[in-house]
Amino acid sequence: MTDTFVRSDPKLVAKRYRAERRFRAYGLGALALTGVFLAFLLADIVVKGWPAFVEHRALLTVSLDAASFNAAEPLKGDYETLVRDKFRERFPEAASRADRKKLLSLLSVGAAEDLRDMVMADPSLIGRELTVPVLLSADADLYFKGTGTGVDEKQTAWLEDLKSKGEIESGIAWRFFASGDSREPELAGIRGALTGSLLTVFVALALSLPLGVAAAIYLEEFAPKNRFTDLIEVNINNLAAVPSIIFGLLGLAVFLNFFGLPRSAALAGGLVLALLVLPTIIIASRAALSAVPPSIKEAALGVGASHQQAVFHHVLPLALPGILTGTILGVARALGETAPLLMIGMVAFIVDVPGGFTEAATVLPVQIFLWADLPEIAFQSKTAAAIIVLMVVLILLNAVAIYLRKRFERRW
Amino acid sequence: MNMMPHTMVTPAKPRVFAGRAVKIVAHDVNVYYADKHAIKHLSIDIPDRAVSSFIGPSGCGKSTFLRAINRMNDTIPIARMTGEILIDGKNVYDRDLDVVQLRARVGMVFQKPNPFPKSIFENVAYGPRIHGLSRGKTDLEEIVVNSLKKAGLFEEVKDRLEHSGTSLSGGQQQRLCIARAIAVNPEVILMDEPCSALDPIATARIEELIDELKQNFCIVIVTHSMQQAARVSQLAAFFHRGNQVEFGDTDEVFTNPQDKRTQDYITGRFG
Repeated sequence: MTDTFVRSDPKLVAKRYRAERRFRAYGLGALALTGVFLAFLLADIVVKGWPAFVEHRALLTVSLDAASFNAAEPLKGDYETLVRDKFRERFPEAASRADRKKLLSLLSVGAAEDLRDMVMADPSLIGRELTVPVLLSADADLYFKGTGTGVDEKQTAWLEDLKSKGEIESGIAWRFFASGDSREPELAGIRGALTGSLLTVFVALALSLPLGVAAAIYLEEFAPKNRFTDLIEVNINNLAAVPSIIFGLLGLAVFLNFFGLPRSAALAGGLVLALLVLPTIIIASRAALSAVPPSIKEAALGVGASHQQAVFHHVLPLALPGILTGTILGVARALGETAPLLMIGMVAFIVDVPGGFTEAATVLPVQIFLWADLPEIAFQSKTAAAIIVLMVVLILLNAVAIYLRKRFERRW
Repeated sequence: MNMMPHTMVTPAKPRVFAGRAVKIVAHDVNVYYADKHAIKHLSIDIPDRAVSSFIGPSGCGKSTFLRAINRMNDTIPIARMTGEILIDGKNVYDRDLDVVQLRARVGMVFQKPNPFPKSIFENVAYGPRIHGLSRGKTDLEEIVVNSLKKAGLFEEVKDRLEHSGTSLSGGQQQRLCIARAIAVNPEVILMDEPCSALDPIATARIEELIDELKQNFCIVIVTHSMQQAARVSQLAAFFHRGNQVEFGDTDEVFTNPQDKRTQDYITGRFG
């Protein structure tokens, strides 16, 4: 034994080092595996969803003659026929009835809408000849995105002809954000679902935040500690673990059938989500309140503050960052819920953007659920795109939570 | 600081203990924590305008008794109390007594400095504000400045009153807590091991301060340090297992203890 510094059994030392290395390797392995899965998931969604943000349009030269279009009443004009006729003129070789049908199926059902909107915005266009973009159908759009299988040889030839002559343009599909749901994939958008989500979450938050924080303050600071409050506490904790669809059933039975609230409305959805996030907010708020050192409260009591003053002047402000974080996490959960909303009819096909709390609405996750179910290939990318939007909203909410926590966090 | 006269029920014959007028009278006080009998049949007369120290081994009930005086034990659900504690003849456990008013008259300084995580100014101004002791902004500022001066902290913080109270050093924080306590113009100040978290220099400053404050207040201090008790207090009480064993002139208690347990404790035989 020349090395007198090491007193332990060298075998034990080696074994300990091996165990530590092994533990590190496990940790790194788990982390790497998680990273790979996460990257795969995100890449898959982004790759699938990206095409939904781009659309293709054919450029068509039309002349709006003053005989059929009236500048005083631009809405009355038959833009659809005009666009269809012009498109047919562009391909005179499609003469048979079957070919004409195939040709027209390359245009979207809403192909003339952009033209109509242009004229509505500027009636002076009537009587002039102009080149307008007309929206292609989902099949034609997918052909240009390289994933389409819905066009046959003739249609392919027509599309290639348009493209070779520079009569196809591509651009950002703003209508994805600006329009409601539709049966036609190229026209379907998330505006309705996004508005519905905002209205629903607003109702949920407006109810659950004051109720939850007040309940937490009462239970943590004022309620006597007895068997009854213990029971309440256990029940709140259990409620946080109840499957969300149960809340949907409750909402159906209580809010719709008993109170007669309108079906599919953001109001009913918000009430159900408020019940859902209430336990989360109460638990988070109680944790935040109990994390405030008791010495602060004692100090306030010591200078003659009443119990209530001590709580509202000193404990609550210090607990606020934690309460806010818990609340925003609760809201994030509410924003991602689907199941309870299915039960109260928010799963309906709703084209209009909801204008109020009692109008029929749907929410983003339900919209994703609906689109994922549809057979058209084009809806696959719409689904992924809606998921991207939902994820961005959730990431923003979490960022706000982190910012608020950092902003209000105080040392003691 | 404007001394507001407090109307008090004064007993017909002022009690006197060790040649001093008595401020606090405890009579047959028992405190229980659930089943634990923490204070047993304690009776004591605490004089005004003097420092009385409570010494004794850990768990002997000295802090419990201190917290019974301003009813801080009320916040502990399992704590129960019998007997009476009179301040100027008024039982603080009377049903009609407002505990908030009691705590405004009996200030407290805690073991660990616990300033509010607010500005130095706000720390001191909080008490006067909730009790409505100031007649406006300049009056409040005067109260804060005077309290800080009395706590011997003003010179060190006068340029940064808006800074957080938690940014001060430990000793400064404790003096800030003392300033906060005296800002509401109390008659009694209870100190629960106020120097146990401080270094010797900060401790010396607090002890100097306590010595000055005794001219205006009735001060009760719990301490683990017998040297500290000898330095700052005029009267000392020795507690042992919930009993008050001995109470009297500090010099007397330390040099000529009447009870064997006191002697054993101060000579370091146990504790």
